[in-house]
Amino acid sequence: MADVHASIGAEENNEMNFRQGVRDCIPTLLGYISIGIAAGVIGIAAGLSALEVVLLAVLVYAGSAQFIFAALVLEGSPAAAIILTIFIVNLRHFLMSATLAPHFTQYSVWQNIGSGILLTDETFGVASVKTQQKQGMTASWMNGLNVTAYICWIISCAVGAIFGNWIADPEALGLDFALTSMFIALLVLQLDAVESTKIKHYIRLILCIVILMIGFSFFVSSHMAVLLATILGATIGVVTEK
Amino acid sequence: MNVSLSMLLLIAACAAVTIVPRVLPFLIIRNLKLPVLAMRWLSYIPICILTALVVSNVLGENGPLSFDWEVIAIMIPTILFALWTKSLLLTVVIGVVLMAALRFFIG
Repeated sequence: MADVHASIGAEENNEMNFRQGVRDCIPTLLGYISIGIAAGVIGIAAGLSALEVVLLAVLVYAGSAQFIFAALVLEGSPAAAIILTIFIVNLRHFLMSATLAPHFTQYSVWQNIGSGILLTDETFGVASVKTQQKQGMTASWMNGLNVTAYICWIISCAVGAIFGNWIADPEALGLDFALTSMFIALLVLQLDAVESTKIKHYIRLILCIVILMIGFSFFVSSHMAVLLATILGATIGVVTEK
Repeated sequence: MNVSLSMLLLIAACAAVTIVPRVLPFLIIRNLKLPVLAMRWLSYIPICILTALVVSNVLGENGPLSFDWEVIAIMIPTILFALWTKSLLLTVVIGVVLMAALRFFIG
């Protein structure tokens, strides 16, 4: 990959290479493994074959979407309803891609497609902390991060699908909390990189989002609430900044 | 170990609707210089979306104003630990260990 970048004249940051991307992915792997195994187990429980579970992991590659897919298939929902629900659940990735995309404009179309297609909540979180810390973003770093997460996810889903019946209750091990604690840590790292003069503004914004989320939960699904609270929250952030 | 054609088509359609929102911004922004205001708006997205995702994990599944108190109880020490260590890996590990301990002792 490094040769390709050199040939298009992109500046390669030595500390932001493929290997560093792989390394930066490691803290998130516990989340992928536990949720991936759970997604595999639930897929089998919903009547999908192991091959279908792996296909979902390879092609859809989104934890929440795979859980919902299994639940809707089990309910016998019509195909159109399943597709629409999956679309809404993953629409938040549009905002994440739009946030990271300005850092990749110097790279080729295919590199941009590759960075986008493998984007997840977790890789977005790690990458946005890097951009917040004003570390130069490189495509090979992003590839290292994304590919590590992708391979780990597929293996975890496959393990869940094949060995699911023998794996004891993952909730008893607290593994479902891996995702929440990861989001918490990414949020703290984001705030840590904010300039000290703006920190009050960001804390107020976070309180706004909490209130918005609770408010929206009266009217819409949690996935819609995440989307609406984020769009409204970012707008409030721009309007109220000094 | 088999895949029916209808299931394959359904999975493919779901893949398509997840790929479009992921890839489209990368293709649009590559060919378009965003105005400063849009960039400022986007700079708020990470903190907003991460907060919203944390809150969505706290809100219970039994309708509005239901809270997952187990998650809230463990969240507080996890936030303090994250502030103290500034480490993603250590925070994930301590969060999982605390949640396992809580469930072990409460049953």
